[in-house]
Amino acid sequence: MVNSEDSKRPAVAEPALGQADVVSLCDVTKSYPNGLLALGPLSLSIARGEFVSLLGPSGCGKSTALRLIAGLMAPTSGRVELATPAARQIGHGIGFVFQEPTLMPWASVRDNVGLPLKLGRLPTTEAHSRIEASLRQVGLAEFAEAFPRELSGGMKMRVSLARALVTDPDILLMDEPFAALDEITRFQLNNDLLTLWRALRKTIIFVTHSVFESVYLSQRILVMTPRPGRIGACFDIATSAPRTEEFRTSPEYVAYCREVSAALLPRERP
Amino acid sequence: MTSVPPPGPIAPVVNPAPAPEAGSRWARILMPVVVLVAGLLLWEWVIRVNQIQPYVLPAPSAVLQTLATDWPVLWPSLMTTLLTTLEGFIAAAFGGIALALLFHQSRWVEYSLFPYAVVLQVTPVIAIAPLLLIYLPQQTAVIVCAWIVGFFPVLSNTTLGLNSVDRNLGGLFRLYGASRLQTLRYLELPAALPFILGGLRIAGGLSLIGAVVAEIAAGTAGAGSGLAYRIAESGYRLNIPRMFAALLLLSVAGIVIHAVLALASHLMLRRWHESALARED
Repeated sequence: MVNSEDSKRPAVAEPALGQADVVSLCDVTKSYPNGLLALGPLSLSIARGEFVSLLGPSGCGKSTALRLIAGLMAPTSGRVELATPAARQIGHGIGFVFQEPTLMPWASVRDNVGLPLKLGRLPTTEAHSRIEASLRQVGLAEFAEAFPRELSGGMKMRVSLARALVTDPDILLMDEPFAALDEITRFQLNNDLLTLWRALRKTIIFVTHSVFESVYLSQRILVMTPRPGRIGACFDIATSAPRTEEFRTSPEYVAYCREVSAALLPRERP
Repeated sequence: MTSVPPPGPIAPVVNPAPAPEAGSRWARILMPVVVLVAGLLLWEWVIRVNQIQPYVLPAPSAVLQTLATDWPVLWPSLMTTLLTTLEGFIAAAFGGIALALLFHQSRWVEYSLFPYAVVLQVTPVIAIAPLLLIYLPQQTAVIVCAWIVGFFPVLSNTTLGLNSVDRNLGGLFRLYGASRLQTLRYLELPAALPFILGGLRIAGGLSLIGAVVAEIAAGTAGAGSGLAYRIAESGYRLNIPRMFAALLLLSVAGIVIHAVLALASHLMLRRWHESALARED
């Protein structure tokens, strides 16, 4: 049987909800219904305002980790701690962006973005101005009355992002949000996301299977290994270069990508 | 498949796409009408040439004439049948949706009652109708028959719709702390709407069938005033032209019910659902 005692603790992160930490996972595990360990034990802590990527192949449990943080799933064991003023905030200070846009097809863009506020019973006038602000942030102010089917894939993703931002969350959780988009749209959304992150100073946890995307976006990359999902390596992308299109082709970027890719390759295991 | 064009000067090509498009649209309306007119003419001709008596088989012209002369009898009967159908349909719609919502709230209720809903559905209504007529007042029995055949498609379609909500959207509602009622109102009911409307379209036609079956059963008992009763009554009196006239009215009523429900469904879904959107190819 798999047991949390026999596994060596990942040396990459010190689990403790410190002063600056906004998310902390402490020996978190998640088992399948049949008892097999799917994830963990996983320990990590993420500082306020940090942009962290969870990088790994499909099926390594990175989406599961994100759902545990969001509270959409309960861990089998271990603790998930969030330092957000949960009581007063809609969605406990969390915004979630799924891999698919996950919009309500029967509702206009405005109603889709306003959904969290409606569920949180925010007064209509305040909700209205917040929706407008959120749509402006993602550059869709003119599309408030459109229906999801009238939008392109990239625009739907922007609506999804606007919906996550409308509650002004402390933490933005993104589950491979741009994986289904074409490269041109993805680059554009990458840049827009960085702009938003610099302006709003949210903590972003970004799940991806793209080495290039994670290096381009993140301050820190946690590489996950599959079955059970654990953190295999951690990289700080401590570049002083601005994250622009030039950075995408710089030798520094390429070197980081090579280094991170190497950590993803299967190593010799018993 | 396209073949390689022969060498030589390129001839101007007339775009052939609009012609068959417009042609096929006209053909879809025109062809059934042509078949109808041809069939009626043939029918009329056979009757006249062979001098078949109206109590054997009435000519279309005789049926139309009966429709006009018997209108004072047929019109109130049509209204009676339509009212029964409407009442049965409304009962089926509310009953089916309400039962589906109840099943959705509680697994125990669903496990306890769903088998009986199936039993009610699979037992032929024509066999139930005489029993209902014994135990219930006639008008109530007829409505109950219309309800029995109509409610099941609404129930099963609504259940299917409520269970086919996008899981991630459900997760989003949980994340934002939606109450049970909010989830139902803003997520589950809108997501189920296309399914519910599909169920209602089936229930509309079935309610008419249920009403007719019950009226015929009631007609054999010698009482009644609906169109189906007129058919039964005219049969006993060998008034065959009136049977055809009543049948024609029932057909038209069925077509109108179907068209009204299809239109209502289209209007409610046209902004967003795939089924109501124009095809792009």
